[in-house]
Amino acid sequence: MGSALDLSRWQFGITTVYHFLFVPLTLGTVWFVAMFQTMWHVTGKEKYLKLTKFFGKLFLINFAMGVVTGIVQEFQFGMNWSEYSRFVGDVFGAPLAMEGLLAFFLESTFLGLWIFGWDRLPKKLHLATIWAAAFGTMLSAYFILAANAWMQHPVGYEIDPVTGRAVLNDIGAVLFQNTAVMAFLHTMTSSFMVAGTAVAAVGAWFLMKDRQIDIFRPAVKAGAVVTLIAAVGTSITGDMFSKIMVEQQPMKMAAAEALYETQEAAPFSVLSVGDLSGDTATHLIEVPGLLSFLSTGDFNATVEGINNLQAAYETQYGPGDYVPYVPVTYWSFRLMIGVGMLGAAWALWALWRYRGQRRNPGSRGVVNRTFAIATPLMVLAPLSAASFGWIFTEMGRQPWVVFGEQLTADAVSPLLTTTEVWISLIGFTLVYAILAVIEVGLLLKYIKQGAPEDVVADPYEEAAQQAEDDKQLYFAY
Amino acid sequence: MDLVTIWFILIAVLWIGYFVLDGFDMGVGVLLPFIGKDDLRRRVMVNTIGPVWDGNEVWLLVAGGATFAAFPLWYATMFSGYYLALFVLLLALIVRGVAFEYRGKRDSQSWRNRWDAAIFVGSALPALLFGVAFGNVVGGSPIAPLEGTTADNASNLNYVGNFFDLLNPYSLLLGVMTLTVFTTHGAIFLALKTSGEVRESARKAALRVGLVAAVAAVAALLWTQAFSERVAITLPMALVAAVLWLGALWMVLKGRDGWAFLLSAGTILVAVATLFVGLFPNVMLSSIDPAYNLTIYNASSQEYTLTIMTWVAVIMTPIVLAYQGWTYWVFRKRISTSMIPPQPTPGRADDRFASTR
Ligand code: HDD
Ligand code: HEM
Ligand code: HEM
Repeated sequence: MGSALDLSRWQFGITTVYHFLFVPLTLGTVWFVAMFQTMWHVTGKEKYLKLTKFFGKLFLINFAMGVVTGIVQEFQFGMNWSEYSRFVGDVFGAPLAMEGLLAFFLESTFLGLWIFGWDRLPKKLHLATIWAAAFGTMLSAYFILAANAWMQHPVGYEIDPVTGRAVLNDIGAVLFQNTAVMAFLHTMTSSFMVAGTAVAAVGAWFLMKDRQIDIFRPAVKAGAVVTLIAAVGTSITGDMFSKIMVEQQPMKMAAAEALYETQEAAPFSVLSVGDLSGDTATHLIEVPGLLSFLSTGDFNATVEGINNLQAAYETQYGPGDYVPYVPVTYWSFRLMIGVGMLGAAWALWALWRYRGQRRNPGSRGVVNRTFAIATPLMVLAPLSAASFGWIFTEMGRQPWVVFGEQLTADAVSPLLTTTEVWISLIGFTLVYAILAVIEVGLLLKYIKQGAPEDVVADPYEEAAQQAEDDKQLYFAY
Repeated sequence: MDLVTIWFILIAVLWIGYFVLDGFDMGVGVLLPFIGKDDLRRRVMVNTIGPVWDGNEVWLLVAGGATFAAFPLWYATMFSGYYLALFVLLLALIVRGVAFEYRGKRDSQSWRNRWDAAIFVGSALPALLFGVAFGNVVGGSPIAPLEGTTADNASNLNYVGNFFDLLNPYSLLLGVMTLTVFTTHGAIFLALKTSGEVRESARKAALRVGLVAAVAAVAALLWTQAFSERVAITLPMALVAAVLWLGALWMVLKGRDGWAFLLSAGTILVAVATLFVGLFPNVMLSSIDPAYNLTIYNASSQEYTLTIMTWVAVIMTPIVLAYQGWTYWVFRKRISTSMIPPQPTPGRADDRFASTR
């Protein structure tokens, strides 16, 4: 640690993981807000308007952070990874630029219209703006994931013999290869887990406090149900993803399992001890055959081990160390699955706990300390699972930045000095840390405040009736 | 016209779009402490740009992304070379964006003051730095092949200077130009979007800063001719910019805010176009040796990528312009202090209508 390369990796990792704390919340929550508003339009029930406003506010506090941290991402490729940018720009720049033109404009413009448009737009049009913004966020995820998928599994390109740069020759392959589609499905479903537990946990907190029960009961239910469905989706897509990965990046799967020797009917290691980064590992608890199944769909299939793959890569790419840092891949893979599914288990518990409330309104259910403690923690479970998933994906690709084509070590900006990266690394980290404290403080403040007690039945109509001139703004910063 | 030329033009269009749009909201941010004498006025100011600033900033992201896709070597050399300047720029944009969203979220004066400071710094620094960055692109900066390599492969070309090399007189002058022009542009936008006291202060500010900007811009654009590839075109363009600018100030004086805004937007368009026309067909000048210039030919992507991106741009740009334009139409009404609800909407009394019932 200490070279411009290492520092840049730290900086990229820190800023990206940080960006991705806000992203899954945004990706999922915006659909909840749109759903609640739609429910209000359809049923006319005020509680849905209150939920729209309540979660809309939390959503916007979160969204602001997603936006500003995203700007850093867009610039960093050039700043710290200029050799990478030179090498891949022809291919990788295309989805990135499309993301801006197709998605960022859509989401930012229509969100502005939604936030400030309550008294400016006809009712139905206003509802349409939040759906447009939701669609925009999803689109932006697709493009960036397609870009990332290309780094995991480059397709649709050739290497220019003169300049040595990658040249795009099939945009369809880049945008629609199975790695991209699967990454999108898996990320979207996991984002719904993140948002679902967040919505349900916030709602459950109100039910436990015996506050605004009628308003928040639908939130608990919607959040928990979405989480459960999404958990099934995440597992299915995760399983399919594993199979793609074994095919495209077998080393990543071997590293995820700390599987050093090629094995038939390979077991899935649940826990292990000792140093995983040698050339063997001691596994404590194992499920027989499961790894083979996860990798290929057959419990008896052969799974390649790290040592064999290393040897094979040396023959293919020349001497070098092609093994990612195993302790990180091993643990992040387990934590992704384990911690994420813990969130799903909590959602089931919450559903069960509040199942009787309709029959017995006003009851808080049995006061249960474990549930009270688990609830705030569970907001963090799928969220951290998503971070672990990315840490696994990106660290498992190492030492490559573009698998099989460019090493991370060759990607860094050649003239970048350690001083420069130290300055930016410390600067970003400090500002990010301060902003994290502020944002969490605001979220808590606005959660505690609860849903608005009293809202107009129909802000649109009310707005239309007021005289044009002295009309106060319905929404103002 | 070949594709690389089209993309050179498109990148110029994106930067122009960015400066015309985000230019005024940076300007409003710079003016916040000066025109916003009390919290109510500051809220009027922030609310004029509230619905649109994020959409405006996306022009920057797309300019960056499009440069990456169309001229990867330009993107790589510029962004790695101007590392620390960009780092400062990013920090500024981060705190600014968060500040708009968060300043009204707590009912505390010190809280708001801190975010207001963030808005000011977060607007003023980028307004200055964009000029400085363009100064180095257009006026040249130390670009050379890495040691032991040649310029035959443009991938070897890198910025070899340091942070302080960026702060040369020409670039700084360009920085002063963008700072003052954007501030004036912001003041004119405020005059257009507000009524009452804020509008009066904004008009005064527009005239005062506008005159400083006129001097800075004329000086900067004349100096630019020294680097221009085609003075016969860029010199008249610089004059057009100056005339438009004086027209804008004249319209401010006459209280024709809409015209003033169109003219100041026109000035920015022509001024930025002057820089790009003078630069063409280069994309970054080397102050060491013209052989080390990055050009649209040696820095670009291949034809296939450019063709695809052209289609995407040709289809999407009008659509984006249409819905962004529509946003401005939706929020066309002037805002005055009397229209600002007593609490920011996300305050304790969540709903204004609730509190009046
Ligand atoms: C709530 C979060 C969450 C949960 C519960 C899971 N995942 Fe996941 N996983 C992610 C969140 C995530 C992620 C953060 O979204 C990643 C990172 C990259 C990506 O596209 O999705 C990811 C990546 C990822 C990859 C990496 C693919 C690659 O690098 O090529 C695999 C193989 C899996 N997941 C498999 C699974 C399986 C088998 C799961 C459970 C049965 C599972 N994931 C649950
Ligand atoms: C948002 C979710 C993501 C997270 C949490 C994430 C996380 C990380 C981490 C932890 C690293 C450091 C790995 C290492 O240095 O060993 C890394 C590297 C990298 N990632 Fe990602 N990543 C994400 C998405 C992306 C996407 C979508 C892209 C591309 C569009 C991308 C591009 C890169 C690049 C260029 C590196 C190079 C640096 C390196 O490998 O060290 N990442 N990422
Ligand atoms: C490392 C690669 C990444 C880059 C360069 C990047 C870039 C950006 C930028 C520039 C923004 C701000 C847009 C605005 O101003 O409105 C943004 C926001 C966003 N990004 Fe990323 N991003 C990256 C990773 C990801 C990933 C992996 C996802 C999703 C899977 C994602 C999803 C989003 C979404 C949904 C937003 C909307 C705002 C929010 O996050 O709350 N981004 N991103």
